[in-house]
Amino acid sequence: MKLTKLLTTVAVATGLFAQSAAADDMRIAIVVKALGIGFFEAAAKGAEEAAQELGDVEIIYTGPTDTTAEGQIEVINSLIAQRVDAIAISANDTDALVPTLKKAMQRGITVVSWDSGVAPDGRMAHLNPSSNELIGNMIIKLAADELPADGGKVAVLSATTTSTNQNIWIEEMTKVLPNYPGVEVIGTVYGDDLADKSYREAQGLMQSNPDLNAIIAPTSVGIVAAAQAVVDAGKVGQVNVTGLGLPSEMAGAIESGASKSFAIWNPIDLGYSATMMAYHLAKGDATAEPGAEISIGRMGEVTLDDTNSAAMADPFVYDETNIDDFKSIF
Amino acid sequence: MNVLKSRETILFAAILALLMLIATRFPGFVAPTNLLNVWADTSPLMILALGQMVVILTRCIDLSVAANLALTGMVCAMINVAMPGLPVIVIVGAALIMGAALGAVNGLLVWKLSIPPIVVTLGTMTIFRGIIFLISDGQWINAHEMSASFTALPRIQVLGLPLLGWTAVLVALIMGIMMSRTAPGRAFFAVGGNPHAAVYTGIDVGRTQFWAFVISGMLAGLAGYLWIARYAVAYVDIAGGFELDVVAACVIGGISIAGGVGTVVGTILGALFLGLIKNALPVVDISPFWQLAISGAAIIMAVTFNSRTGRTKGRIILKSAEIAQ
Repeated sequence: MKLTKLLTTVAVATGLFAQSAAADDMRIAIVVKALGIGFFEAAAKGAEEAAQELGDVEIIYTGPTDTTAEGQIEVINSLIAQRVDAIAISANDTDALVPTLKKAMQRGITVVSWDSGVAPDGRMAHLNPSSNELIGNMIIKLAADELPADGGKVAVLSATTTSTNQNIWIEEMTKVLPNYPGVEVIGTVYGDDLADKSYREAQGLMQSNPDLNAIIAPTSVGIVAAAQAVVDAGKVGQVNVTGLGLPSEMAGAIESGASKSFAIWNPIDLGYSATMMAYHLAKGDATAEPGAEISIGRMGEVTLDDTNSAAMADPFVYDETNIDDFKSIF
Repeated sequence: MNVLKSRETILFAAILALLMLIATRFPGFVAPTNLLNVWADTSPLMILALGQMVVILTRCIDLSVAANLALTGMVCAMINVAMPGLPVIVIVGAALIMGAALGAVNGLLVWKLSIPPIVVTLGTMTIFRGIIFLISDGQWINAHEMSASFTALPRIQVLGLPLLGWTAVLVALIMGIMMSRTAPGRAFFAVGGNPHAAVYTGIDVGRTQFWAFVISGMLAGLAGYLWIARYAVAYVDIAGGFELDVVAACVIGGISIAGGVGTVVGTILGALFLGLIKNALPVVDISPFWQLAISGAAIIMAVTFNSRTGRTKGRIILKSAEIAQ
């Protein structure tokens, strides 16, 4: 008796779902950590761009007002009730959202995570903005591009000696070093992600290596402090500061010339790619399984790895030509 | 004889020895221009340590100085962003007043509610950091948002030394005169040296401690502006953990944690000792894994030395009795 009732409900629900999906455009919900954050507003712009390109997609940009998992659960529940076709989420918590997202998938909704991931149980696929290999290669490439033709000396200013991210990126950078002949990495110093210590370490690097050409700082505190130290030492044009930073924080350094270029993921591309990925999975053009290749429009293609996650692209490079467009975004 | 034995002389000798040691590994460090830069770089620490000195003299401690610095600095940066045309000197004035007000909060809690200073300032330290988060929304204020004159002031060179360094000189002079030549200055020593005796001489212990916190807060506010302008960035975690450096500078400089003992010159030398180590470690090519251990060892050695010299002094109560033996 009970079972029959349940089956009927499921059948009715599935029927309704199929009907609504066939009737109008595909509705993709972009769920962000919180509304009003520049980074995510930019991602929403990218999602709209993807929607226009695809034509038959409607974007629902939503999220809680503060960065909590509870807030996102409420948002997801209401999206399930609205019977959207796909949810692309940047999660506030890796595990807390899993039960709710599982429920969404049971109702036939395609769930992908992007930027900040959900545990594999709670999503079909995940899109990372970049990968450690790509970041490691990018930071040394940025330094090498601005060096004199015959190479030069480069030093790394990291966060703490135990920062996992930075250590992996520096390791990946060291691996690809043979591809950049003439580039001599003289060592790594640690600014502990403190503005004053990073500044002092950068000063020390310039003092003990008067012929230093570049400082690579794969940390947002370090890169800003190093740029300031270069300006104060009067070495703009001689020592180039590069690495990973945010456009809003680095605008001054680009302006002063202390930094020629730096990189970080582009939120617009990320929102665009997440939407593309969700679209193709929901449409059935691609299946979420290890090794699957999914087209992400103008960004090319991504390949899912063993945990169904993929890396979008190289970090995006910011320099004087585009910094003004991005400095107000994030 | 007395001069040779004094703590300041010994510390000064230690600093010279340290400089020579650094020079053997990196001769460029002892160039006069670099030493002036080290002085300037250490200025915020010296200014904060001088404020902390007054507080410690009265048997209190102010752990909220770094948070006060960060909060005042953030407010200065926000004022500058909101009103870029406002003369920087007005912002410096606002920083002094605001820092003093934050210090007064500590002082009032210690004075009127008799809460132990370490608890009060541990609490306000967290509160101040929390307020920065609330007013800034966790966002950074960056170099390109600040006006040019705002970040330029500490960098103006006068006779080869940046204004940042001159500020420390000025603060040291004012504090030196106040501590040795004025009644309030002597009251700080009296309150810390012997609170009961101080009461009998008509000194209000609580009120004196209150003023010590106000001075410490005011100097922290000043350092807040200087810090933000120097590093051209303001965010929640600015100067995180710096309060420990400040207390360490005082201890190395011979300020007795038990109160009542200490000098302005000692404090300056203590801060300079730490500043030298901080500035030298990046250039002498020592593994970063060792750097923290070396800084810590220097502090422990200084404190050990401090307590040993203090002990012999304290034991001789009756000179004549000792001679009689």
